[in-house]
Amino acid sequence: MEIKSLCYLLFVADKMLELHNGPLQVENITNSWYGKYKLSNYGAIITFVGVVRDEDNIEGLSFDLYEPILNSWFEAWQEKAKKQNAIVLMAHSIGDVPNHESSYIAAVCSPKRRVALELIDEFVEDFKANAPIWKYDLINGKREYALKRSAKIEGAGLLL
Amino acid sequence: MVKVEFLGPISKDPVELEIDSLEQLSEILKEDESLKPWLENSAVAVNDVLVKDRTLALKDGDKVSLLPPVCGG
Repeated sequence: MEIKSLCYLLFVADKMLELHNGPLQVENITNSWYGKYKLSNYGAIITFVGVVRDEDNIEGLSFDLYEPILNSWFEAWQEKAKKQNAIVLMAHSIGDVPNHESSYIAAVCSPKRRVALELIDEFVEDFKANAPIWKYDLINGKREYALKRSAKIEGAGLLL
Repeated sequence: MVKVEFLGPISKDPVELEIDSLEQLSEILKEDESLKPWLENSAVAVNDVLVKDRTLALKDGDKVSLLPPVCGG
């Protein structure tokens, strides 16, 4: 097998973007990432864990996402990280996530700490602004779209 | 036919239209009162790639998606 296609298969098998129904099992996910990537000689592994806060009388949050564009957004980030010899990892929930559970984990693995610290900041912020994921508050068992906390994707209003 | 889908909270079933441009799609969607607030704040993807040019031509089999404001995490 050619080295190029072997690398591609390894990349696919790696599952660097994980989508789960309901709350994330944070310990399982972060432990598996750590167990795998500590062996790849990355000197810095940073994980960011997003936890649903109890506020405004919500019972939790709920999420819809659009996988085709989420995948291409994530692949573009992987390419960007690769140029700095780093990788990005991400896990996100689909559906309902109760308060005090996690819906989002992002991570950067890099040989150098500075690259990891800067990339995790950019990666999480760009995720908030552009990843095709929609958030709803869970109130009295019903979903209410969190429009006020949402950001228009660049280029919005094209069909107006 | 061009398939048009409305993602996330828009909660509208997909439609299939005989159109050949985004301009034309805009004219049709503007007639739907329920879509008015969404046209202002939604981004547009053609065949799962975000686009910014409303003069873009569409062809048979294309898929157009409307993406309202996002908030992951």
